[in-house]
Amino acid sequence: MERKEIVVVGGGPAGLCAALQAARMGAQVTLLEGDDRLGGQLVKQTHMFFGSQKQHAGTRGVDISTMLVKELEQMPNVEIRTNAMVLGRYEDGALTVDDNDQFKVIYPKKAVFATGASEKMLMFANNDMPGVYGAGAVQTLMNVYGVKPADRVLMVGAGNIGLIVSYQLMQAGVQVAAILDAGPRIGGYLVHAAKIRRAGVPILTRHSIKEAVGTDRVTGAVIVQLDEKWQAIPGTEQTIACDAICLAVGLSPFADLFWQAGCDMKFIPELGGHVPARGQDMQTSVEGIYVAGDVGGIEEASSAMVEGYLAGLNAASALGYGGETVQTQRTELETQLNDLRSGPVGEKIRAGLAKLYAE
Amino acid sequence: MRLEEHPILKFNRGKQVTIYFDGQPVEAFEGETVAAALHAAGVYHLSDSHEHHRPRGLFCAIGQCSSCMMVVDGRPNVKTCITKVRDGMTVETQKGKGDLGWNAKKS
Repeated sequence: MERKEIVVVGGGPAGLCAALQAARMGAQVTLLEGDDRLGGQLVKQTHMFFGSQKQHAGTRGVDISTMLVKELEQMPNVEIRTNAMVLGRYEDGALTVDDNDQFKVIYPKKAVFATGASEKMLMFANNDMPGVYGAGAVQTLMNVYGVKPADRVLMVGAGNIGLIVSYQLMQAGVQVAAILDAGPRIGGYLVHAAKIRRAGVPILTRHSIKEAVGTDRVTGAVIVQLDEKWQAIPGTEQTIACDAICLAVGLSPFADLFWQAGCDMKFIPELGGHVPARGQDMQTSVEGIYVAGDVGGIEEASSAMVEGYLAGLNAASALGYGGETVQTQRTELETQLNDLRSGPVGEKIRAGLAKLYAE
Repeated sequence: MRLEEHPILKFNRGKQVTIYFDGQPVEAFEGETVAAALHAAGVYHLSDSHEHHRPRGLFCAIGQCSSCMMVVDGRPNVKTCITKVRDGMTVETQKGKGDLGWNAKKS
């Protein structure tokens, strides 16, 4: 059994920033990551980030990750454990961990859960056939391992992930047959969509996939047009030749630890599903458990990083670290978050957060 | 197929090793996952589902969905998307739930 001051679960953008912030304030920080490397999904983001300078706009996600990890590794009050998967959280506050095949029990004074999200599935015939991937899987194959995932891909979902992964596929020499979106409009940023359209890839709104075709690997897909009520219009089916179907139809918060801890959970579709209720300080209904990043509501990596800083700041300050500048820093971070969520692109997240903070 | 040229990324592959997929040698590089190495070699069908024996392949690539489980060095239900290759490793297509007696047999 080990006792720790602040334990951060998850080494993606939110967790890295939570650990950094708390450590900069002087707290003893233990960062637990289930994978064998830090960075989470940042490591596959080869595009430059938006936002402002404070969230490293203009820098590629993979380089942001390297920068954050480097700073963390140099801090004497930070302990980084990779291949350390948190298995459970118990009533007495214990975290159980599979730490490099050893079973460990850790009692933190404060914990930040930044466990991220997992990809959503879509219902259609043969959706379990080899060649049907989550968009993130295709990114991992080509951007982390340098393996060409397929020759010709059908992308389902024209949100930012669908658009960005399509562009990355083209950079890796993969043909994109088409991008479908069930909605009436392209969900992602138009700057990404324009790049893709210029390359000659059709983006078909009000279209969905009906069936994957093939025997033991995808050889094509039957797509269909949808009406205003999202129902398939009979007779509009067409078959598209492709050897992979990529699903970019959203993410679900990976919130198991909050459920186990008995945190109040709220179902908020705008945030991606069940998320822990929390205050502006990122603390959940269970004292000492903080949330940051996608697990608290699906958003961009930029806001995940700021939420991480905020959760780290509040966890460390609750333990007496930080001194007089804490309030100024807190206000500054809250302003950054509000800025990131302003404008039409932040509409959905603002609606979701309004529901979260209601009552 | 492996990417050799990329407009943004450089791939620094580890030492070349050999893994055995259903008995056949497959080229792999240290640091990559079993599923990535198999993909590069054109192997997409990784297991058969236990109820309807439908072919299953890689889906999430981050150890969350269980679609890529195979028999690795005799041990069933190994998530090959997060398991790194090792020289001489044997990897078999998993049919159904796998033989859960592997651990008892080993000792």
